[in-house]
Amino acid sequence: MTDGIITIPINGEKHRIAVSDNRTLLEVLREDLSMTGTKHGCDLGECGTCTVLLDGQPVLSCVTLARQVDGREVTTIEGLSDGPDPDALQTAFAELGAAQCGYCTPGMLLSARSLLDHNSDPTTDEINQALSGNLCRCTGYSKIISAVHLAALRSAD
Amino acid sequence: MADTFTVIGRPGPRVDAMEQTMGRAMYTDDLKLPGMLVGRLLPSTQAHAVIKSIDTSGAEALDGVKAVITGADLPITYGILPISQDENALATDRVRYIGEPVAAVAAIDAQTAQRALDLIDVRFEPLDQVRTLDEALAHDLPLIHGEGEGQNLHRSAALEFGDVDEGFGAADHVREDVFFYKGSTHTALETHAALASYSADGKLTLWSSTQVPHYVHRTLEKVLEMPSGRIRVIAPPVGGGFGGKTDPFSHEIAACKLSMVTGRPVKITLNREEVFYAHRGRHPVLMWVRTGFESNGRITAMHFKTFLDGGAYGSYGVATLYYTGALQTSTYQIPNYRFEGVRVFTNKPVCGPKRGHGTPQPRFALECQLDKAAQDLGIDPAAIRLINAVEPDSMTVNHLRITSCALTETIDRVVEASGFSSKHGELPRGRGVGLAVGAYMSGAGLPIYWNDMPQSEVQIKVDRGGGVTVYSMAADIGQGSTSMLATVVAECLGLEPSDMNMVTADTDLTPVDLGSYSSRVTFMAGNAALDAGDRVRNRVFTAVADKLGIDPEELVARHGRIEVGTDSGSGMPWPEAVRLAVAASGPLIESGSYRAPELAGPYRGSGVGISPAYSYSACVVELWCDPDTGMVSIERVWLAHDIGRAINPLLVEGQIEGGVYMGLGEALFEEHAFRGALHKGPSFLDYKTPTTLDMPPVECIIVESDDPEGPFGAKEVGQGPLLPVIPAVANAIHDALGVRIDETPFTPDKIVAAMRDVSRGGTGRIGPDRVPDFEFPPLTRVEPPDGFGAGFRAS
Repeated sequence: MTDGIITIPINGEKHRIAVSDNRTLLEVLREDLSMTGTKHGCDLGECGTCTVLLDGQPVLSCVTLARQVDGREVTTIEGLSDGPDPDALQTAFAELGAAQCGYCTPGMLLSARSLLDHNSDPTTDEINQALSGNLCRCTGYSKIISAVHLAALRSAD
Repeated sequence: MADTFTVIGRPGPRVDAMEQTMGRAMYTDDLKLPGMLVGRLLPSTQAHAVIKSIDTSGAEALDGVKAVITGADLPITYGILPISQDENALATDRVRYIGEPVAAVAAIDAQTAQRALDLIDVRFEPLDQVRTLDEALAHDLPLIHGEGEGQNLHRSAALEFGDVDEGFGAADHVREDVFFYKGSTHTALETHAALASYSADGKLTLWSSTQVPHYVHRTLEKVLEMPSGRIRVIAPPVGGGFGGKTDPFSHEIAACKLSMVTGRPVKITLNREEVFYAHRGRHPVLMWVRTGFESNGRITAMHFKTFLDGGAYGSYGVATLYYTGALQTSTYQIPNYRFEGVRVFTNKPVCGPKRGHGTPQPRFALECQLDKAAQDLGIDPAAIRLINAVEPDSMTVNHLRITSCALTETIDRVVEASGFSSKHGELPRGRGVGLAVGAYMSGAGLPIYWNDMPQSEVQIKVDRGGGVTVYSMAADIGQGSTSMLATVVAECLGLEPSDMNMVTADTDLTPVDLGSYSSRVTFMAGNAALDAGDRVRNRVFTAVADKLGIDPEELVARHGRIEVGTDSGSGMPWPEAVRLAVAASGPLIESGSYRAPELAGPYRGSGVGISPAYSYSACVVELWCDPDTGMVSIERVWLAHDIGRAINPLLVEGQIEGGVYMGLGEALFEEHAFRGALHKGPSFLDYKTPTTLDMPPVECIIVESDDPEGPFGAKEVGQGPLLPVIPAVANAIHDALGVRIDETPFTPDKIVAAMRDVSRGGTGRIGPDRVPDFEFPPLTRVEPPDGFGAGFRAS
């Protein structure tokens, strides 16, 4: 497996990394860069836990090869907040109890961020659609849906 | 009393919520140590075989491999129950299910570890497989545990309380029904992970995604033959448990051993497929139920038989077996009760505890049968439950002590909110409502290994600036136990939950809590925290009262101050009061503890089912079921839960919604299915769990019965709300289409088959029609409790 050098802007910071052809974006984030805010649940693209944004669109980092994202903007949970200031979604999720064990939360938040970036006032059906690829085993989703609505409402103010 | 609380009963976020949403919560697999190696387990490819040889030389010779271990390196057996010490971390002479760990490697990276596994040469001599309940009960298949052939029985039980034959004799109507509850699994999104680090001074630290650091600690002491004082077990935040991280596991022990062999930290993180094999999920249970009723619906007697397919090892199975018989009486006044059950071994992944542990299965059977009986007798489904409902301050025939109990209120509330009475039997074809109830323990009354020590201890240390640190071994698995502890202590001291510094789940730093299982933490750790908090407060009050020259009883802790009576702004700020207490009587460090009262009845098996308090739930499900396709669409769920007192209503709602969600998953899709002994689909693609698109609105109704022994009156909520959901769905499908699906999950093929049966003049029932002809052991006859008499109830 040959190593190649790629440059990925992650959360606005450029990282030059040597990766083998089969290295996934998830492995680069968690293992090479110690950005462990991105979690993993299946490593097969089935659960949505490892969701990050690639040029603003949600992707599953466990089935995205690092080579594919050379030069493209990646946003992870660490980049969702503005320094110490949380994103409206992060605050709403915390306030409304949308995180229980918290393990699906980073991926869920990034899917939700992408939704709100494209649709600032989504309906419940639209939220359900946008988050349908992110499994949660704790909450039953309802507080997650409420938190997305709340964040949208606050962002509109 | 309720209006005197300041933080109890106030909805609020988890104390760690921002850490979670900012992505900063560190789970076990997020941890990394210098020089850390990657460990992997080699799974058995055989369901049942003798291990003839294991050649590890190829793996050991591979560059980058630091250690390879096999069963010979870990010969000491273990198991969560003292009576089931039947597991090895790595199989020794035999394998008993596909996926059972056989060897383990530690290597410099994941690819090298995988290549090393491929180079291990295991020679198996296959044995005949035992794959089903019927095969386990056959006499001519090999014993999975032991030598020779015979029935693969793990444990059986036969108990009778009262006189069941007499009870049936007094019945106007008797029903017999057979049900089957499929197995399912937890699939917490965090896969199990363990990081072990053995130091040169002979001390071992294990970080593990476990619900039970204390039991892992004990297991490591035994298996590694090390004093527990040299072992430290830490449970970082756990990414979901649901009972799936409640056993000591192979990967935990192997990581420790590999670290001891290599002198380097070793992390083993299971992949998703391995989690399906590690399992410990819901037992498949076949059930036969015979119940006698008076014409008004009152139960006169019940005879309940259960057959549990336990998989390859014991795990919690003996407890699970008794749980399938123990809690039927916790909701209904059953004056004469007989329970017979058997758990068998099969060559499949090991079953254990999943949310509700052994009680969702009989609850499904019981609640469906009651619905059928109500129809037979022409009684409303709510009425037949109300006429039989257990009452507060009573004893059940099998010696369960019932204290607070708002079962009747939960039924009334959920019936009213849903409009059940005007909908049942009245909705258009395809649309239906179903009702069911349940009850669950607020903590098992006895510890897993019997002893006289507290079941939970909490320590509080207050620094001179007033900072409060709370120490507890309770592991937060998402249920919010850390927030619960912070809230209880904050209430005692007049502070905010967010003021508390929480140190949890670390065997070196925190006093014992037995673990996050059996819905015990709020009741037991909460009471220990209350005890410790009261002690701190009393010391502070004494010092302040001395200073002010008043009686300590005049003081109140609220809003960050110690105040006098109702005089807001009087007294002094909390930090000043703390310094007075330290000056007066030394370091402000106090501990508290909780031990459940003696509750066991006078019979073997009575340790299972007893609890200091029971929660009660009632559920109504409204659904649409397509008569042509059999597709079920859940439209709305109402769930009323008697929690005693909601310490934090926001987190209580979260547990109710999560329980409803998990119940709907088991009702509609989830099944741990096998092709022979091979798991049919150990992945999220094959094992379907509900998504946002499957979840209906859930209306939570919190009922507060103020338990006399719970902390501030609180009881459990983590498990109980799941119980009524599954039978409520089954009953709603019947209301919608007139068909009875007596086997979970209620998939479209079963519903279509039932509709076809109706169209051919059948009854429209799908499900098993017989149970094996098994000879249970002789009945142990148990006298009902003292004071249990003609009026049925005893206080």
